[in-house]
Amino acid sequence: MLDLLASVLVLLGALLMLLAAVGVVRMPDVYTRMQASTKAASLGAGTALLAVAFHFPEASVVVRAVLAIGFIFLTAPISAHMIVRAAYFMGVPLWERSTVDDLEGRYDHAAHRLASPAWVQSSRGEQSGDG
Amino acid sequence: MTIAGIELLPTAGTIALGLVGVALFLAALRLFRGPALADRVVALELIASLMVGAIAVISIVGEQPILIDVAIALALVGFLGAVAFARYMEKGTTATRTFDDPEED
Repeated sequence: MLDLLASVLVLLGALLMLLAAVGVVRMPDVYTRMQASTKAASLGAGTALLAVAFHFPEASVVVRAVLAIGFIFLTAPISAHMIVRAAYFMGVPLWERSTVDDLEGRYDHAAHRLASPAWVQSSRGEQSGDG
Repeated sequence: MTIAGIELLPTAGTIALGLVGVALFLAALRLFRGPALADRVVALELIASLMVGAIAVISIVGEQPILIDVAIALALVGFLGAVAFARYMEKGTTATRTFDDPEED
């Protein structure tokens, strides 16, 4: 029974990792590629590690597998955010059919700083008074 | 566990290794094609994640539970590499930045 569960998890993890790679090849720009690869690949690796935990039901292996899953789920979003942030600062273009860029006009390339545009800051100051 | 004369887990593990191999090939394709440095870093990050999964599958197929330590170490190295690359991309492109800004970190 545990073998059946581990087999299903291994195949599911491999399919998720394949899906992530297909996303990285097929998606149109860095930002969509990142969101395709990070989530699917970390879930796939986590599923495969869970299969290891089910296949070797000993305390030492299970604890290590759970630790590895926790580490992956903790660090994958951080590294994805850092890479995409650096890509945006480098000026990697969005896909031409992207409709929303919330940071447009808010990044100062010369000073390397993110800020709201002047009209947002002034209207905020008038409404709340604390800026 | 055996179904119709086929050992279930080794078969599933072999199929999974094939799928991960195809995934690694696709990630390498993106690594070579680029076009931007960020695309290559994304591909490298994906390859690190894929290798963690592949090592987990190999540890099941080869009955080697100790290999999970390798997976943990590789995940750590992959994270550090991604952070280092991101820092390098961010700082390496600000040659025009003004260093006399008093509010600079």
